[in-house]
Amino acid sequence: MIAEAGLAALWLAASLALLQLALAAIGLRAQRNADELLVAVRPVAIVQGALAVVAMLLLIVLFQQSDMSVKLVATNSHSAKPWLYKVAGAWGNHEGSMLLWVTILGLAGAAVARFERQLEPRTLAATLGAQGLIALGFYAFLLFSSNPFERLSPAPRDGQGLNPILQDPGLAFHPPTLYAGYVGLSVAFSFAVGALVTRDVGRAFARAMRPWVLGAWVFLTLGITAGSYWAYYELGWGGWWFWDPVENASLMPWLAATALLHSVTVLATRDGLRAWTVMLAVVAFSMSMIGTFLVRSGILTSVHAFAVDPERGAFILALLLLYIGGALALFALRVGTVREGTTFELVSREGGLVANNLLLSVILGIVLIGTLYPIVAAAFGVQLSVGPPFFNKAAGPIALVLVVVMAAGPLLRWRRDKAGEVVERLTWPIAAAVFAFAALVAFATPIGVLPLLGLSLAVGLAVASVAPLWKRDLRRTPLFTWGMVVAHLGLAVSLAGMACDSAFTAERLVALRAGEATRVGPWRVSFAGLSPVIGDNWSGLQARLTAERDGRTRLLFPQSRTFADPPTVTSESAIATVLDGQLYTVLGAADGQGRWQLRLWWKPFVTLIWLGGTLVALGGALSLVGRLRPRRREAWT
Amino acid sequence: MAQTTAPAELADTQLADPVQEASARTLMETLRCVVCQGQSIADSDATMAGDMRALVRGRIRAGETPAQVRDWLIARYGDYITYDPPLSAATWPLWLAPLALLAVGAWIARASFRRRS
Repeated sequence: MIAEAGLAALWLAASLALLQLALAAIGLRAQRNADELLVAVRPVAIVQGALAVVAMLLLIVLFQQSDMSVKLVATNSHSAKPWLYKVAGAWGNHEGSMLLWVTILGLAGAAVARFERQLEPRTLAATLGAQGLIALGFYAFLLFSSNPFERLSPAPRDGQGLNPILQDPGLAFHPPTLYAGYVGLSVAFSFAVGALVTRDVGRAFARAMRPWVLGAWVFLTLGITAGSYWAYYELGWGGWWFWDPVENASLMPWLAATALLHSVTVLATRDGLRAWTVMLAVVAFSMSMIGTFLVRSGILTSVHAFAVDPERGAFILALLLLYIGGALALFALRVGTVREGTTFELVSREGGLVANNLLLSVILGIVLIGTLYPIVAAAFGVQLSVGPPFFNKAAGPIALVLVVVMAAGPLLRWRRDKAGEVVERLTWPIAAAVFAFAALVAFATPIGVLPLLGLSLAVGLAVASVAPLWKRDLRRTPLFTWGMVVAHLGLAVSLAGMACDSAFTAERLVALRAGEATRVGPWRVSFAGLSPVIGDNWSGLQARLTAERDGRTRLLFPQSRTFADPPTVTSESAIATVLDGQLYTVLGAADGQGRWQLRLWWKPFVTLIWLGGTLVALGGALSLVGRLRPRRREAWT
Repeated sequence: MAQTTAPAELADTQLADPVQEASARTLMETLRCVVCQGQSIADSDATMAGDMRALVRGRIRAGETPAQVRDWLIARYGDYITYDPPLSAATWPLWLAPLALLAVGAWIARASFRRRS
């Protein structure tokens, strides 16, 4: 019954999405007396979102009950799974993750319908209509080719289990967070479509769209940061970013959203970059959909592609072409009616933000081309791979220039500034960067050019990012200024962590007998022996390691786990976190002569990568609160 | 995924010479594990990746340069093996793309600035 109720909820939600689209379309076409129609779009969008949530909850209940008569549960779960993974397992597969996608899409639409009060009613109706159209396509995808509630007859006695790599608390948080970001950008897309339909691109539109972009961006930042840490400790080789297609699929919307949230500020503050902002809103959500397509279609091989089906790829590709093509066609038709925005002086805050947008867009283009190139080449019969060396060489230098722009941007004045005065304001950041550069060249062991420049610029950026607070009354500094400071500082912190990891990591690969010891970086690691361990649905071995440094010791227990359903062996790293970095240990295989393979890394300041990412997200959250608060105060008075 | 059979010598053992090890390591990070899903041989538990690490370390120890090892692997396995696509008729658009994007971007951005009289 529960599965049938879930399916019914999905069909109802799909019909309401159609109704939402129809009401908006008819209401906007009618010459008069259509206000009732436009007003009715709101409750329809709210109920549609609620029904999608109901369907998602029912799927979770089915996983919780281990109802093996449901095909999805039988193929992706097992009655012996721990509780958390029965819940999270609901979206650790293709159908469930697509249902989560439309659920968040429905919620986002409902939130716009419920809370948006700034937008002109016709534009809001057009926005919700666009949101209904997007939802409709993805409901169709679920109902016709990826039904999560399909029954299985006869029901098997037990399920096949979840991929053990996914059996991790990361699964509970990473996909929903990332999807909230992906799908949050659908709101920006719908706003852009709505504004194009009603020819209403201006400052009010930018102010209404900004909180949604900020919110989506915060979720994307958190999702990418958490996903990077998850891959780092789970994959067991100490890497934290692989330029893997699925990682790129999450990075591309983030790059577009970062550009968008800066350009929307120019539009809201100075009424410039109108067409460009609308274009970016279309691009940002297009990147989300391309990401979904890349991950869900199985067109790319990736460490993340755990549930793929090439045939479904065609469906998503059709949706992708329909939405992106439709939006671009609308853009081409209406861009002439979007009045040219204000133009700027080259040396001005606006100029800095244009440079930001230019560089972010170029990086986005590089990541997109690099990710798709192997597919295009394969279509011509050429097999090749594009990976970290290409992305680092092509995007790395541009990213470093972007860091310089980031340092200078917030210290520029709106409208017009003088280059000489800007350099004067940047005295301390420049001095800090030069000092760091000189110290690294003089005292550190020789390191690569990119890490050297990265670390020096990170120091300069850290100083520059707090500069906007100098000589200011901190209590009267607006929250969104704090947000910018914290986010920029977070990026400097993260960049420093990346540079330190690639410059200073010490590696020790060694086979040891019980009782033997080795050194890695400042640590002496001794191997006391192995002991068996038993988990909820796995058994395994763990090494007992004692790490000593300056008279202090840490115990680490890296494990090798054997899962029964499905049969898999995984290695679980053990990590000791100290103030200046992490000691990362992995247990490998036996060599047959009584020795066990150990992989040890000392990674100085690697934790800054994720600390910085968290600060960036915190900065976004502060800005969001800062942007929402004054509006609420107006509503009260 | 951990391997169940004993690894090849040098698959998970560093070279004695730290300079050689560093260049082997840098090269391994750019080589694709052909049986894995989008991982370099430096980040993979697959037996095949271990064998390739052993091969890279062995050749570097024998005195070959990383470029020679890479060329040998490309000759044997094709361009698919390297994440750093060599410049060729099939890859020049890829390597030209960053510059082309910068040029196009700068041309678009130009429109938003006030013309100096």
